[in-house]
Amino acid sequence: MDRIPILRLRDLLLVTIQVDMHDRLAMQLQDELTTRISETGARGVLIDISSLDIVDSFIGRMIANIASMARVLDAQTVVVGMQPAVAITLVELGLTLPGVRTALNVDKGMALLQAAPAAAADQHDPDARHPD
Amino acid sequence: MPVTRTEVVELRSASDVVSVRQVVRTWAIDVGFTLVDQTKIVTAASELARNTIDYGRGGLARLELITEGTRRGLRIAFEDQGPGIPDVQQALTDHYTTGNGLGLGLGGAKRLVNEFDISSRVGEGTRVVITRWK
Repeated sequence: MDRIPILRLRDLLLVTIQVDMHDRLAMQLQDELTTRISETGARGVLIDISSLDIVDSFIGRMIANIASMARVLDAQTVVVGMQPAVAITLVELGLTLPGVRTALNVDKGMALLQAAPAAAADQHDPDARHPD
Repeated sequence: MPVTRTEVVELRSASDVVSVRQVVRTWAIDVGFTLVDQTKIVTAASELARNTIDYGRGGLARLELITEGTRRGLRIAFEDQGPGIPDVQQALTDHYTTGNGLGLGLGGAKRLVNEFDISSRVGEGTRVVITRWK
């Protein structure tokens, strides 16, 4: 059975979606991700969709749900790596992904997440870098 | 309008949405669509196939390679024998849903293709036909 791995990078969780998402897998990812946020106290979730060649309203809803659940658990979500053709199609489809932040790639997404929660929580992190 | 090739994909369970996306992608590449146009018709097909399964209790997708003069297009019909849609105009309205979706399926799919036709009879079923020209 397919499974989407969730990697922990310091206080972030990285999810790379590399398979064609079907319903069961999407629901399983929501469950596992919320459990991992709760267990690890992660402050941010990066969802890498660079391998997805389409995002339809079902996948979009799943991403928006994950972001909402993560927000309730005090973690921010950034979607990274959206292909240009997917972005064009999403806009015409009418999907706006409210509350979901995006970044061009994993590096920029990490910079965004590490800048924001650290500032909000007033923590000093010597490795934190600001986005260029 | 001459039809030069046909393929039928059964739509029974959620995993068939993934199958139909893959078949439509292959056809869209064969027709010679740009990457953006491939993405649009695959996304539209994904929305409509999900409707057929979730609201139409299953059915089929019929793909046709069509020609008109020198231009080629991909036409896909989604057919079910489900409960039908009482108010098609309402169903086409963005954010209207009777299920738990976002209500973007029909209206969104319509915006992603060149031609869109829907016919539905309560108690008999629904047929949605989309065409994208190269």
